[in-house]
Amino acid sequence: MALSGSPPPGSPGGPPLASAGNQPPGSFARSGRGARLLGGRSGPVISTVSTLVVLGVLVAIFLLAPGAHSVEHLFLSPQHMWQSFIGDPAAGYYSVGAAIWLNIRMFIVAEILILVLALLIALVRQSVHSALFPIRILATGYVDFFRGVPLILVIFAIGLGVPALSLPVVSSQSNAVYGVTALVLSYSAYVSEVYRAGLNSVHQSQVAAAWSLGLPHRHALRYVILPQAVRNIVPPLLNDFISLQKDTALVGVLGTIEANKAAEIYSEQVFNFSSFTVAAILFLILTIPLARFTDRLIERDRRRRLAGAAS
Amino acid sequence: MTAADAVAGAEAVRIDGLHKSFGTNEVLKGIDLTVDTHEVVCLIGASGSGKSTLLRCVNLLEPINSGRISLWGQDVTAPGIDPNLVRRQVGIVFQSFNLFPHMTVLRNVTLAPMKVRRVPRAQAEEEARALLGRFGLADKEADFPDRLSGGQQQRVAIVRALAMKPQLMLLDEVTSALDPELVAEVLDVIKELAAAGMTMVIATHEMGFAKDIARRVCFLEEGRIIEDAPPGELFTSPKDERTQRFLRRIVDAGRL
Repeated sequence: MALSGSPPPGSPGGPPLASAGNQPPGSFARSGRGARLLGGRSGPVISTVSTLVVLGVLVAIFLLAPGAHSVEHLFLSPQHMWQSFIGDPAAGYYSVGAAIWLNIRMFIVAEILILVLALLIALVRQSVHSALFPIRILATGYVDFFRGVPLILVIFAIGLGVPALSLPVVSSQSNAVYGVTALVLSYSAYVSEVYRAGLNSVHQSQVAAAWSLGLPHRHALRYVILPQAVRNIVPPLLNDFISLQKDTALVGVLGTIEANKAAEIYSEQVFNFSSFTVAAILFLILTIPLARFTDRLIERDRRRRLAGAAS
Repeated sequence: MTAADAVAGAEAVRIDGLHKSFGTNEVLKGIDLTVDTHEVVCLIGASGSGKSTLLRCVNLLEPINSGRISLWGQDVTAPGIDPNLVRRQVGIVFQSFNLFPHMTVLRNVTLAPMKVRRVPRAQAEEEARALLGRFGLADKEADFPDRLSGGQQQRVAIVRALAMKPQLMLLDEVTSALDPELVAEVLDVIKELAAAGMTMVIATHEMGFAKDIARRVCFLEEGRIIEDAPPGELFTSPKDERTQRFLRRIVDAGRL
């Protein structure tokens, strides 16, 4: 009895456990509004209503603002949006819709190169072989440097500096190539850290299991460690790539006509910013499917591993 | 012809004066042990006595500080030894299974034969299916490890090691992570291996099992082999006082 403390209220004397059994536990159901709000079937209705309310409030704030009309004209004019989307070289501006293709191409090339370069950097930094020590130092310095320098400065440095070197071939590339180079240099530093986190997330016992079967380390990496590491880092990787899609717009500072630059030229020619809205919408159209695709990949992988083989 | 055939009946494992430290913590303090081909030796002792480390050293998963490990007469701790070649001959099964979670059971088993022994896929799968069937896992080949029970996972891990056709198996407390009702199915597999003549070194807490299967039982305490005797002797009339004390605790815990 010394350990059981005072008996619960309403059970005078007697062993507490026995008396607890005599008491009805009461209802667990939530009463009042909470009960209805948490009800499973009304969930979609509630979320729709709350979304509409939030949206309505935001639209009302915008419409009631003193400058609403001029903002609407400057940023959301359907006529200007359409004009900047299709472009008119004769009038001195480019199609934002066409320019986004350059962003897409730069993104795809940069992404592939980043995935390869970042992996190499991560593997070098994770290596333990003493012969690789100098390269390891180099890789660490690389990551420190490019994570520390703003991307836009790297773009300027490459885009203005490399042509100024007047080297054959290297110095006569297009600004898009320099822009992609800068993106690859900068993003590889970030992505290599994501890879490194992924490699560290694979338990040492997996490495031991692979080694114990006689697999050389390169096979252990390729078949056992990397596949698990990559699975673990798909969300942060994709996150970086959504970022990269947007940052292709920075290459415009070199004068390359990508979507953002095309929008800027339009606004300077016509004194209307709706072209930027077009660029924003196009970037959204690019990034949102990538985000949903990531979600699906993660979900599929989770299901597959939990469900065993459905085949 | 395998290394084991060449010296059949001779020493499979010979360990001399093995020392192993993790930092300042000396885990093995001079181990001497020999295991003959086709012999089953059990290592018993409290957690932290060095059983697991000893097995990991034999498989070259841990670098040693001093001493020598010879397998079938060849010093595998000498410089210039390719650990991968050694590990092909020596299978190890871990307490926590360590199956590859992103691969099906079949792929877990066929990976090393295909990549290391360079067996063609069809043949590797055929061999894997035969082994899986032999250990009651025929219908599991397409499953991923986390769909299996602990006992099934451990049997797959044993099959995975066997698929490399090792000449020596090291079992590191393979039943310690299992629910009690799943222990028997794994021990049965090991008994079958022993009956088939597999040379094995088994670290275990299952004293009854050690008694049944081992030709010799070694009691380890604080990184030393305190007593090395046939199970009939070691379990019934242990000579060393420390062995007696350990076994008394085991008996008191109702585990012998």
